[in-house]
Formats: sequence, C-alpha cells, structure tokens
Amino acid sequence: MATSGMPWFRKDLISTEELSPEEIQTVFKTTAAFKKILGRKTAKTPSLRGKTVVNLFFENSTRTRVAFEMAATKLSADVMSLDMKTSSTSKGETLRDTVENIHALAADMIVIRHSAPGSAAYISKVLDIPVLNAGDGAHEHPTQALLDCFTLHEKFGSLKGLKIAILGDILYSRVARSNLWAMTKLGAEVTLVGPATLVPREFEQFGVTVSHDLKSALADKDAVMLLRIQHERQNASAFPSINEYTRMFGLNKTRLSWLKENAVIMHPGPINRGVEIDSELADSPQSVILEQVTNGLATRMACLYLCSGGKAEALTGS
Amino acid sequence: MSQVTWIKGGRVIDPKSERDEISDIFISNGKIIDRPSRETLAKADTIEATGLVASPGLVDLHVHFRVPGETHKETIFSGTSSAAAGGFTSVVCMPNTSPPADTAGTIQYIKDAVDRESIVHVFPTACITVGSEGERLAPTGSLRDAGAVAISDGGKCLQNSGLMRRAVEYANMFNMPVIDHCEDYSLSANGVMNEGLVSTKLGLRGSPTEAEDIMISRDVILSAKTGAHIHIQHVSSRNAIDIIRRAKSRGVNISAEATPHHMCFSELEVSDFNTNFKMNPPLRSEEDRLAILEGLEDGTIDCIASGHAPHTDYEKDVEFDYAPNGVIGLETALGATLNQLYHSKRLDLPRTLSLLTYQPAQILNLNKGTLEIGADADVTLFDPECEWTPQSNSFQSKSSNSPWINRTLKGKVIQTFVSGKLVFDNGQILGS
Repeated sequence: MATSGMPWFRKDLISTEELSPEEIQTVFKTTAAFKKILGRKTAKTPSLRGKTVVNLFFENSTRTRVAFEMAATKLSADVMSLDMKTSSTSKGETLRDTVENIHALAADMIVIRHSAPGSAAYISKVLDIPVLNAGDGAHEHPTQALLDCFTLHEKFGSLKGLKIAILGDILYSRVARSNLWAMTKLGAEVTLVGPATLVPREFEQFGVTVSHDLKSALADKDAVMLLRIQHERQNASAFPSINEYTRMFGLNKTRLSWLKENAVIMHPGPINRGVEIDSELADSPQSVILEQVTNGLATRMACLYLCSGGKAEALTGS
Repeated sequence: MSQVTWIKGGRVIDPKSERDEISDIFISNGKIIDRPSRETLAKADTIEATGLVASPGLVDLHVHFRVPGETHKETIFSGTSSAAAGGFTSVVCMPNTSPPADTAGTIQYIKDAVDRESIVHVFPTACITVGSEGERLAPTGSLRDAGAVAISDGGKCLQNSGLMRRAVEYANMFNMPVIDHCEDYSLSANGVMNEGLVSTKLGLRGSPTEAEDIMISRDVILSAKTGAHIHIQHVSSRNAIDIIRRAKSRGVNISAEATPHHMCFSELEVSDFNTNFKMNPPLRSEEDRLAILEGLEDGTIDCIASGHAPHTDYEKDVEFDYAPNGVIGLETALGATLNQLYHSKRLDLPRTLSLLTYQPAQILNLNKGTLEIGADADVTLFDPECEWTPQSNSFQSKSSNSPWINRTLKGKVIQTFVSGKLVFDNGQILGS
C-alpha cells in the first residue's frame, strides 16, 4: 500500500473535528497493529525508545492518565506524569511558562488534560514538540472518540450507516463533541438525547439529530453511548435531581429493548451504577465498556506513535 | 490678536451645524474663531489640509484608563496619547479602577493625574454603588461636586432593581445620567463568549443575549417610571436594539452606544480561541452584528464608543477561560467605523461623524464635538481613504490587545488638535 493510503502528517492531536476520514482510518489500522502486538508474550515495541513523554494533568483523571502512561511505556518511552493541581500553576505561573519549562527539560511529547477549552491548541502553538489533547474542558477528547469508534469499527466492520445514540449530559461533554465529529465523518447517523437543558438544539447544525424523547431516540439504534451525569460540575440546575434523571433518562432493561437486538452499550467511564445505567446492564454481554478500555491502550499507542512521526505502514508490514 | 492657526483647504465637516464644505478653520486662544483680518492671516501658522477631512475632535463616552491602581495596563498619559492618535479629543473614563472611583477623593486623584499627564480632555465618571458592589449607593452628589460627569458601576451591573430604581431617581435630582453595563448575572452565568453555535462547538461557557436584553428592559422600565436618563453601554444584541427602538418611540429618556468591535466582528472570530476577541458583552451572531449597523443607521443607537479596555500581553496570553475581558479601541475606532458605515455606503460622512462627535457629547451634556465659532478648538484631521494595517507595536496605548491587528482599516488620523494645540502629528505624540 502506498503511503498516501495511510495519511498522517500531524505533530499534534488536538481534535477529531480537524481529522479527515482517511486520517481516522490510519489511526484504526495503527491501533489494530498495536492491539496485535499487545497480544504477544513480550507486549512492547521500541518505537519511542529514548523519548520522554510528559503527561500534564491539570484535572483529575485515572483512566486516561494510566492509559497514556501505559501506552508510552509499551512504546518504550520514558514517561512522567505530573499532577498539575499541586504544582507551580497553583503558585500563579501561566500555562505558557509551565509548558516552556517542561519543554526546556527536554520533553519530547506532551499529553495534556486541562479544564479550559482550547488549552491543548494553545500549547501546541507555543511548543514545536507534539502535543496530544487528553481532554480540554468541554471541547474535545479526541483519543476517547477514536477508541470508541475503533471499538464500533471492530464490532460492526464499519461505522457507515450505523445508528448511534449518545445519551446524557451532552452540553458539558468533550466526549460527545469528539464522538459526534468522528462518527459523522465515518458515515454514522448520530442522535444526541437527554434533557433539553443539557442537549441544546444548536447541536443540530453539526449534522446530528437532537432528541429529548428517549423511546424514539433509542429505536433502531445499533449502539448507545452513555455519558456520566457530571453532578460535580455547575449544571446542578439543569435537572431537578439525580433520581429524576434516572427515572427519565437512565438506561434499564426495558429501555434497552427499544434498541436493535444486538445493539451495544458503550460508556467512556467512570460509570455511576444505578444513575445513568442499571448495574446489571453495565456487566451484560451487550456492554463493551471494558473493551473500550482495552482498545484505549492501543489507540493511545497509535496516537503517540503517529504524532511522533511513526508510519502506519511500518507496523502493518505493507 | 494673539497667534492664529489656519487649517487650510480641508473638507470641513461639522455635523452639529450641518456644515460640509471645502473650507478653512481658524483657531486662536484655544477656540474656533471667525475668519480674521488679512493682516492677522498673513502671520498665521498654516496647516495644509487639502485632501483631508477636518472634523470636530472625536468624543468617546467609554474608556478605561486604569488610574488609579492598574498603571501597568494604561496611564493617563498613555491612554490620552492613544486617544489623540485615534483622533479623540474628549474621553469619558469608567470608574472601575483600583480602588473604584466611589469617593470624592478618588475623583480628585484622577483629576490631579489628568492635570499632570493628559493631552486630551478627560471626564471622569463615578460609581453608582460603593465599590461597585451593588449594595449601597455611593455619594452621588459629592461625586458630582468633585467633577464626575455621570455615574456607572463600570464593568459591573447593579442586579438589585430596587436599588437601581433609587439610584436613578437620586441621580436625576442632580441631572446626572446613569450609565449601565446591562447584564443579568443569573443568565450570563460566568459565560466567556456568546451562547450559540460557536460556544456549542468549542465547549466554552456561553452567555446568552437574554442576559443583556432583560437588563435593558429593566432600565427602560425604570427610566420610564422616573424620567431619569439612563445610557446603555455597548449594545450587542438585536433584541436589545429592538427594545431600545420601541422605548425611544414612546419617548423614554434612554440613549445607547455601540462599539466598533461589535460592529465589525461576530462570534466566529472566537473559533481559534484568540483572547483579543474576548470581551463582555461578547461578540454575538452575524444577525446581531447587522442589527447594530441598522440601529446606528436609523438612530436607535446614538453614538459609537470604543470601550477601550487595555490589558497587558501577559494577562491576555492565557487560556481563553482565564483571560480578562476587553480590547483596546481608541486608535482603531475611526477606521473601523468608516469601514462599516461610510465605506460600506450605509451612511454619508457627516452622519457617520455625528456618531463620534456631537451626539456622544450631547448624551452627557459635554460642551464638545462641534466646530462652531467659540467652541473649544478640538479638531481632528484625517484621511478617509488611507489604508493601514495595525500591528501589535502600532499603538500609543500601553497595551496592544486589539482585535484589529493584521486587519486592514481605511481611514487614518493625521493630526489632532486639543484646545488649539497640536497634540498628535503624523504618528507622533507631541506635548505634555
């Protein structure tokens, strides 16, 4: 296969909005190759040997931070994770100064999570080394969307024509935004569903359907992606109570039956059992929640590899 | 007769007296005078103005000069230099300083700084409430006696409508206009940009136009009840403009300003998180922007005010969420206004200039903004056809947080006279 068949010319991964369908396919192929490697006895490659990957986490995260650490380790990079809530930023240092200092300490790649939308794009302009966005406020979380789409791609062979519902707190969700761009680019039909206060009509202008009626929104869907109700954020007045949310929009057995028979349940985690999803559904055969986590490792490996200049062809052997 | 300055052969436009002719302006002792005798003219200092427009010095009702307390952003000298470079000879500065201008002592402090450093006329305003905290009234009468020309809570909006009613009633007794930044905080809810398509896409917290519309409605209602004059700052929403239009048709005593940035830009400019497009009220939709231009055209909006709000580069060079609101505007206001109103053929030049001269002056009863005989000789000479592209080092302001960096403007100030004295000459600040 010619190089042009697997395009990737980016140093940074900031958003899925800016990716082409072909670039997403390149990520999938690279992810699949790394997934194969992860299945081997010595599940490690020398791709990033000698490089230092720095994870800058200005916001709480377990899953994403561990996945990036693990991914960098499997690629033989040196990896360092900094909890920025306890660091110099709390002493008044600006983000520019913080990242320039870390760059001066010879970091080769930066993974950043930050509560402010645009912060990953901002530091990618400040620094000439690769920057990967691990979540910038409610803006984007591209590696999450890529791993979600990869999971669907594996399950269904393609996203073309798939009908997917994303259910929950869309307004404050970077996962929803990154997924709606990635899924629609790959030809899926996306419906956003949840309370009117958390799923504004403006989203319709991005080529998706907005619904506040769970039954019709779930009908005939191939997959439903649940989002955690982020009650720690400032949307306390967006719905009356967690109980009310669960009654109106929580996924239970009855509501699961509204989907297609073989439909899958997805969730980027962390899940709140008994809130957005009945506990038993989270563990049911239709749930791919743990597969998402596993695919998250290979996806982060692929993204680190591609942004560091690695070629998809070198892995797939074509 | 003392020395005369003779501004010769320009297109003299004085919107107030409806004068528009190729003619001369004569200045003596800081005042506009009638054509003097031939002998006097023979000794006059002549300024060649052929090809230029000679306008009354521009008047800006809304600037932040950061004195006292934030002189790293702007000083009276740098702020008034910026005004002079932009053709503004009279500016009204907002009281959201540090400390806020809520006592006669602080007003006196500002006036002292103006006496020492200023190169244009500066009119201070004072707070409506103590500390602009919205809890109790500041001493409006004493503040007027100290020299404040109006009261305003600066960038803040008095949320308590009962207290606002008392404030406007009380100020009206002294003929003090109340200037309001209209924002219902329960609706704006810490939004950092307009609520709409772009905020939805970027995941930035949105502030809806209704936050502005509701407070403007309140002010209309209170003005109608009390008869007090309320001036609405930086109108940015099409619904708000409609509310003002209908209130004015009923004779309610309100006035309104629009800023060049709301006239020129929409929320789309925020798409790459450039903090030089972060201000409050935020840039709105394209429909809102066009409604502002229509409001200026039909007289619903009375004047243009820059909202000049300097912030240093290191304050603006941060995450969008954390950047302070506001942009500088004194040096770009004329070019931006000419682009949107005159060069676009919405208004002729005299009507365009009326929005920057006697109309704003009238709102606060400032005896400014005209070239009539006997008026202060505040004159701006500009070339309406000259194109220029501001860079971050183009400004006289101490700050360079301008959304017009790398955008081409058509219309450039050549010379600015304040009380007959040349203070800005072809890019150079003179005097002080």
